[in-house]
Amino acid sequence: MADKAQLQEAIKTQGEVVRKLKSEKASKEQIDEEVAKLLQFKAQLGGDEGKHVFVLKTAKGTRDYNPKQMAIREKVFNIIISCFKRHGAETIDTPVFELKETLTGKYGEDSKLIYDLKDQGGELLSLRYDLTVPFARYLAMNKITNIKRYHIAKVYRRDNPAMTRGRYREFYQCDFDIAGQYDAMIPDAECLKIVYEILNELDLGDFHIKVNDRRILDGMFAVCGVPDEKFRTICSTVDKLDKMAWEDVKKEMVNEKGLSEDVANRIGEYVSMQGGQDLAEQLLQDPKLSQNKQACAGLTDMKLLFSYLELFQVTDKVVFDLSLARGLDYYTGVIYEAILSQTIPAPAEQNGADEAAVSVGSVAGGGRYDGLVGMFDPKGRKVPCVGVSIGIERIFSIMEQKAETSSEKVRTTETQVLVASAQKNLLEERLKLTSELWNTGIKAEVLYKKNPKLLSQLQHCEETGIPLVAILGEQELKDGVVKLRNVASREEVDVPRADLVDEIKKRTL
Amino acid sequence: MNALGLVSTRLCAGLMCRRSAVNLSSLRFSSGMTLSHIDEEVAKLLQLKAQLGGDEGKHVFVLKTAKGTRDYNPKQMAIREKVFNIIISCFKRHGAETIDSPVFELKETLTGKYGEDSKLIYDLKDQGGELLSLRYDLTVPFARYLAMNKITNIKRYHIAKVYRRDNPAMTRGRYREFYQCDFDIAGQYDAMIPDAECLKIVYEILNELDLGDFRIKVNDRRILDGMFAVCGVPDEKFRTICSTVDKLDKMAWEDVKKEMVNEKGLSEDVADRIGEYVSMQGGQDLAERLLQDPKLSQNKQACAGLTDMKLLFSYLELFQVTDKVVFDLSLARGLDYYTGVIYEAILSQTIPALVSTPAEQNGADEAGVSVGSVAGGGRYDGKCPVWVSALGLRGSFPSWSRRPSHVIPE
Repeated sequence: MADKAQLQEAIKTQGEVVRKLKSEKASKEQIDEEVAKLLQFKAQLGGDEGKHVFVLKTAKGTRDYNPKQMAIREKVFNIIISCFKRHGAETIDTPVFELKETLTGKYGEDSKLIYDLKDQGGELLSLRYDLTVPFARYLAMNKITNIKRYHIAKVYRRDNPAMTRGRYREFYQCDFDIAGQYDAMIPDAECLKIVYEILNELDLGDFHIKVNDRRILDGMFAVCGVPDEKFRTICSTVDKLDKMAWEDVKKEMVNEKGLSEDVANRIGEYVSMQGGQDLAEQLLQDPKLSQNKQACAGLTDMKLLFSYLELFQVTDKVVFDLSLARGLDYYTGVIYEAILSQTIPAPAEQNGADEAAVSVGSVAGGGRYDGLVGMFDPKGRKVPCVGVSIGIERIFSIMEQKAETSSEKVRTTETQVLVASAQKNLLEERLKLTSELWNTGIKAEVLYKKNPKLLSQLQHCEETGIPLVAILGEQELKDGVVKLRNVASREEVDVPRADLVDEIKKRTL
Repeated sequence: MNALGLVSTRLCAGLMCRRSAVNLSSLRFSSGMTLSHIDEEVAKLLQLKAQLGGDEGKHVFVLKTAKGTRDYNPKQMAIREKVFNIIISCFKRHGAETIDSPVFELKETLTGKYGEDSKLIYDLKDQGGELLSLRYDLTVPFARYLAMNKITNIKRYHIAKVYRRDNPAMTRGRYREFYQCDFDIAGQYDAMIPDAECLKIVYEILNELDLGDFRIKVNDRRILDGMFAVCGVPDEKFRTICSTVDKLDKMAWEDVKKEMVNEKGLSEDVADRIGEYVSMQGGQDLAERLLQDPKLSQNKQACAGLTDMKLLFSYLELFQVTDKVVFDLSLARGLDYYTGVIYEAILSQTIPALVSTPAEQNGADEAGVSVGSVAGGGRYDGKCPVWVSALGLRGSFPSWSRRPSHVIPE
C-alpha cells in the first residue's frame, strides 16, 4: 500500500494533468485515461468502511457493444450465417479457455500474445487466441474426419499496444472450414463461392479475391534459386507487396535476407503476374516452372479450381495472383484473400490470423491446411482442411461508419407499435390492449406511467423509431375503435378493434 | 439521489441442458460409468503418455477441454439456437435492446472492496498489465455499463457465458462456464407496471418453450420482513430465518420448523406463527385478506408490500397470466438484496436430476434452488450505483458485501 502522503501528492499532480488536458481540449480517450488514473489513486487512498469507489473502465483493448452496435452486429451475423446455412454448414462452440498446453503447441513454446489464467491450483489455462486450434482439438477429440462447420466467437490476444495501437484484444472471429478427404478443389471452390456471396450480400462495395497456392510459391522460389532454408522468410517479404512497392520489397530481399539481385529479379518477374485460368495454363508451359513438381501440382489444381469457379459464376472477382503469400506456413495448398476496393482508413487489420500485416481493405482470408489436425490426433491421423476466416471486426467498423454517415437511423428495438393514450385513467385499457397485441405476436410497448402525456409517448416513438402508435380514448373505446397513427407522417385512422392486429401487421411488414 | 429501480429476471441456463441431457440419460444409466468419467480417465492416460515424450517433432496433446467446460456439438447448437430464438423474440416483442460486454473485467470491478477475493472468480495471470478477472455474472457488467454511459433508463437483455471456479467436491457436475440469460428494466417508473411485464415475459417464454406445465410463485421482501416482525422474529435473525423458510420448496414444514427452533433459536410459538403464514397461497384475494389481518395490517412494511401485491395482481389479470401466478408466502429466495417483489418459475414436470445437471445453476449464489426451477428474479432498488465518473458524479457508495449473481448492490 502506497504511503498516504505520496498518494495525495500523486493525486494532486494527476489532477493537474487532467485539468491541463481538458483545457487543451485533448482527445476524449486521452482525458478518460488520465481521469481513470486519477480515480485509481483516489480509490487507493481509500475511504470509509463500506464505501467503494469503482473505476469506470473496461479492460484495455476491450469494449462494450451498445444497443446500436448490437443491432449492426446482428444484421451482419444474420447475413453471414444464412450464407453458411445455405451451403449446408453446421456450427459448434467451444469454451473460451483451453488447457494452456493445447494452445502453446510444440514443446511448451510460449506465445507472448496469449492471455494466461492465473494458476489457482488447478489446470493451467489460457484464453483461446483463434478458433482453429479449438477446431482441431474438437475434431481429434471426437474422431471426426468429415465436417463442414462455421464458428463465430470472440478470441483473445494480448497485443502489444505500442505495436498495434487501436487493435482490440478481444475480437470476433468468423471461421468456416470444410474438413475431410474429398476430390480435389471442389470444397476449395465452394469456400470461394461462400466468400463471394457474403461480400456481395454485405454490400460493402467492390471487392476482388486473390488466389495463389503454397506449392506454386515454393516451386517458384525453388526455380528462382532461393535456398530452401530461406523459403519462409522470403515468403513473408513477398507478402508485403500489397503494402510496399516492388523496389522496397526487392531491397529487403537483397539487403536484409541475403538474396542475390538475380534471384530477386527472377522472383520479381513472377510475382507481377495476375490472371485467371489462362495464367495457370501459361505457367504450366513455363520452361522453368514446368520442371518443378510442386509448382506443376499447384498449377494443375489452380486450373481445376478456376474451371469450378467458372461454373460457380464467380470468376469476375477472382484473380490468380502470384504475389499473394499470406505469411503463415501451415497452408499446404490453395490460399486466398478478399480485398475491398474501397479502402476505408483502417482501424487495425484484425482478420484474426497470425499473419503480420494484412493489407488495408482485406476482409477475408484462408486456404488449405492439410497438416494441422494430424498434429492433435494421438495416432497422427490426417484430416485435410480448407477454410476461410471472415474479418468480421473490419466489417463491423465499416458498417458502423456507414450507419453514422447515413441519414437513416439504426433502430435498437423492433417494436412495431406503442399503445398510448391522451387521456387520464386509461392505464388498464392500455395494458389490456398491449397484452392482446403481445398475444398475437405483435411487438408492442406501453409506457410505465399511469397517466403519461401524449407528447412524451410520441417522443418515445420518435426517439426509438417506433413507426405506429395505437391511441386509446374514451370516445374510441365507446365506438370500439383504436386510433392508429403513423408516427412519421402523423396520419391517423380509426381502426375497429377487431381489425387492429391485421392493420398493424400490414403496415409494418 | 436517484433511486435506480430494477426488476430483473434470470432464465436458468440448465434449461437447454435439461432437454439434451434427457437423451443422454439412457446411455448414462445403462453403463456403470458416465461418458465424462471414461473421458476423464482416458485423458489421464494420454497425459501420462505425453509425459513419456516422443520423438523430436512429435507432440502429444491431451485431448481435453478444461475442467468444468465443454464443447457444444452441432446437435446441441441446433437446440441452443432454437431456445435462444424463442427467448430473444420474446424479449424483442417487449421492446428490449441488447448489449454485450467483454468476457473479462478489471479485477477491482468484480471484487468490490479493497481487493476482497472471491474464491469463485477466475483471475487472469498478472502479465504486467491490468489485473483482470473473468466475469462471473452479467449484473456487474450491467451496472458498470449503466454508470459508464450515465444511463438511467433501459430495458435490456443479455445472453452470454459467465465463469465460476466452483469447487468440484462441493458441486459435482456443475459447469464452470455456463450461459446466463438476463433481462432487466432499469429506471424510475410507476409502481408494479414493469414488474408485471417481467412476469408476462417469463410466462410467454415458458409457454413457447413448451416445457409442460409451470407456475410462477411471487412474494415480496417487505411482506416477508413484515411477517417475521409480527411473528416475533428478532431483527437480527431475519435473514437467517429467511434462508430457512426458503428451504420449504425442498423440505417439509416439520423439518424447517425443527431448524428454526433447534438451530436458529426461535421459540416454538414464533415458529408456529410463521408456519401459519408460510402455508398460505393465493392471488389478489390473499393479498386483500392479509391486509385485513389484525397483526400484519399493523406493520407498515407488510402493508406496503401487500398493497403492491394487490396492484401487481390487477395488472397480471390484464396481462392474462394469473392462471399460472401464485402469491406464495413461503417464497424466500435466499438472497437479501431484493427490495420488493420476488418471483420464481417452477416446472411442474420435474425431470429426475442427472449427475451432471447444471440445474442449480440459476447463477445466483443461493444454495439449493429447487429442482424444476427455471427462472427467478425480483426488484432490487438501490441508490444509483456509485461509479465515480469523469464528471465527479458521486452518490452513496455501494457496499458489495456478498456478490449476488445478478443484482446491483445497494
